[in-house]
Amino acid sequence: MSMIFGVPLAVLSGQLLIGVINGAFYALLSLGLAVIFGLLKIINFAHGAMYMLGAMATVILFDALGVNYWVALFLAPLLVGGFGVLIEYFLLRRIAGQDHIYSLLLTFGAALLIGGVLTNIYGVSGLRYSMPDLFKGGINLGFMFLPYYRAWVIVIALVVCLGTWFMIEKTKLGAYLRAGTEDSQLMQGFGINVPLLISLTYGFGVMLAAFAGVLAAPIYSVTPVMGSHILITVFAVVVIGGMGSIGGAIITGIMMGVIEGLTKTFYPPASSAVIFLVMVVVLMFRPAGLFGKEA
Amino acid sequence: MTMMKKLLTSAVASAMLVGSAQAEISNDTVKIGYLADMSGTYRDLAGPNGQKALEMAIADFGGTVNGAKIEIVSADDRNSADVASSTVRRWVENENVDLVAGLVASSVSIAVSDILEENDRLGIISGSAASSITNEHCTPNHIHYVYDTYPLANGTASAVVKEGGKTWYILTADYAFGHALEGDVTRVVEANGGEIIGKLRHPFPTPDFSSFILQAQASGADVVALANAGADTTNAINTASEFGVTQSGQTLAALLLFLTDVHALGVEAAQGIQLTTGWYWDMNDETRAWSDRFLEETGARPTMVHAGIYSSAMQYLKAVDATGSDDAQTVRKQMMDTPINDMFAKNGRIRVDGRMVHDMFLAEVKTPDESKGEWDLYKILRTIPADEAYRPLSESKCPLVTSK
Repeated sequence: MSMIFGVPLAVLSGQLLIGVINGAFYALLSLGLAVIFGLLKIINFAHGAMYMLGAMATVILFDALGVNYWVALFLAPLLVGGFGVLIEYFLLRRIAGQDHIYSLLLTFGAALLIGGVLTNIYGVSGLRYSMPDLFKGGINLGFMFLPYYRAWVIVIALVVCLGTWFMIEKTKLGAYLRAGTEDSQLMQGFGINVPLLISLTYGFGVMLAAFAGVLAAPIYSVTPVMGSHILITVFAVVVIGGMGSIGGAIITGIMMGVIEGLTKTFYPPASSAVIFLVMVVVLMFRPAGLFGKEA
Repeated sequence: MTMMKKLLTSAVASAMLVGSAQAEISNDTVKIGYLADMSGTYRDLAGPNGQKALEMAIADFGGTVNGAKIEIVSADDRNSADVASSTVRRWVENENVDLVAGLVASSVSIAVSDILEENDRLGIISGSAASSITNEHCTPNHIHYVYDTYPLANGTASAVVKEGGKTWYILTADYAFGHALEGDVTRVVEANGGEIIGKLRHPFPTPDFSSFILQAQASGADVVALANAGADTTNAINTASEFGVTQSGQTLAALLLFLTDVHALGVEAAQGIQLTTGWYWDMNDETRAWSDRFLEETGARPTMVHAGIYSSAMQYLKAVDATGSDDAQTVRKQMMDTPINDMFAKNGRIRVDGRMVHDMFLAEVKTPDESKGEWDLYKILRTIPADEAYRPLSESKCPLVTSK
């Protein structure tokens, strides 16, 4: 068997594929963050909590009402997104125009509150969620065993990412969004309801996080603390990609998944730190991130 | 002159005796501080329900001991040795806490036992795993009650090797507890004729195990062993089940698994996994009766840690009652002199190094067909006798043992 740095090629190919799958997750999560920051200038520290809420909602909807995975894929993000709109309307709107740090602290506080309440109700051991029957099992690719579900995650995550990018960058709605956040008075003069647009944008970013949560529910332990672990990594991805850059978030997300996967193969203990190392290096040479515009 | 001297000495001596007899239970209160992770990774296996177990023990004891009232204070250690140290310092220096109970993360337990030794108070550790707590870190002021990494390795690893699992791949959580467990497992596997063909240290915590499971799968080892705990273990087991590790002929060995973890995983994903436990709620009528009460109080079945907290608090209160004292050394000696026979342990005893030794059990997670309810999770395969389970005193590095 051919080897690369002492690792069999087959093993390495498997790791690369796994890296792309995890990267798709990062892309989906960082995309939501980038949308919220890019259009609303809100540093959304509640993003991990929204991801967690998406996963929790999937499990709770199933346990309480028997809602299946396919319905949850739409329903859970809608519910959590609605909750996001409420947060925007009742809380974030009060601090609009203030320094970024206010939105950071407010959303961080909200995340702690949501996590704390759910921990008291559900504990931390994790809720059980069975994989949909359609996705049980997997296929032997020769170099690795690929569970069907992971293949589905990568496809659906990429579809959603590209759809979002297209909507914001290429459609009229996206143009309104971008214009509304550039000069809201002018847009209001054109008769466009900018506050509503802002609420919906925040809600949409939150929906993306919740959607990633639904995708995560069958494969990870669903617990009230699951969001806090991933949040910092995703923030690093967004910083590397360039705060607010939609395309940057997607590309960097996948790239970081692959880099992390390779680290897990060659030197596992560094795998949780490697993304931050990349972040430091990138910021040294490109302070605005790989795809960010210099201020 | 000698007469005078004798008189004086005896007067002083009797005055001291009277004095100590009056001040035997300080402030007429036995105060127990419950310190545990109340909100993080280890919340469910100890946490608020452990406090409930402690309260059950005090209520069953009658609420008072030797005429003194029993009080509880509690705090969240947030799994931080710093937070735990400052809390315990405040408790013993300003709030007259006599006993610190709970104690889950090993780093917390080791930090706290140093402070207890400085102030000569007592601690009973019920949640921590590191066997070093009664080895190189032993003190005359703490007792390690429920289990440690030594029997975890002895029980599970030796059973799995004997069943034919000769080659091992170990996934280790990259911190003190994981390293200790990995070391103990390596020793047991090699002693039984097995071989470690690969190991991998993963960061703590790791949300995604797919990459590590793939590497373990590619190694072709008979056994994939998990030397980690809590969410890391459940995530690893979930991923192993998704990637068909057991279907491809490998055995999964979880070296530390709590009832709450298995409950969270469900029998579908966890079936067939062998584990070592200090106690199981459904072992006999006595354990069931107590667990039914616990279920009523908390809505959940107790882990071995919950049961151990109850049992150790009882043992402590009995010792305070028998000696009429809350002095740490007096009580500890009485606890060591009294064998433990209750719903938690039969003929358990506390050794000079502070290790409570009792029978441990090798269990296997039931299949979905065998399990009759959400908490009907284990089959007990074998009892590991106390003497076989724990590190013998002859191998101990504890100064309390070696100086004897």
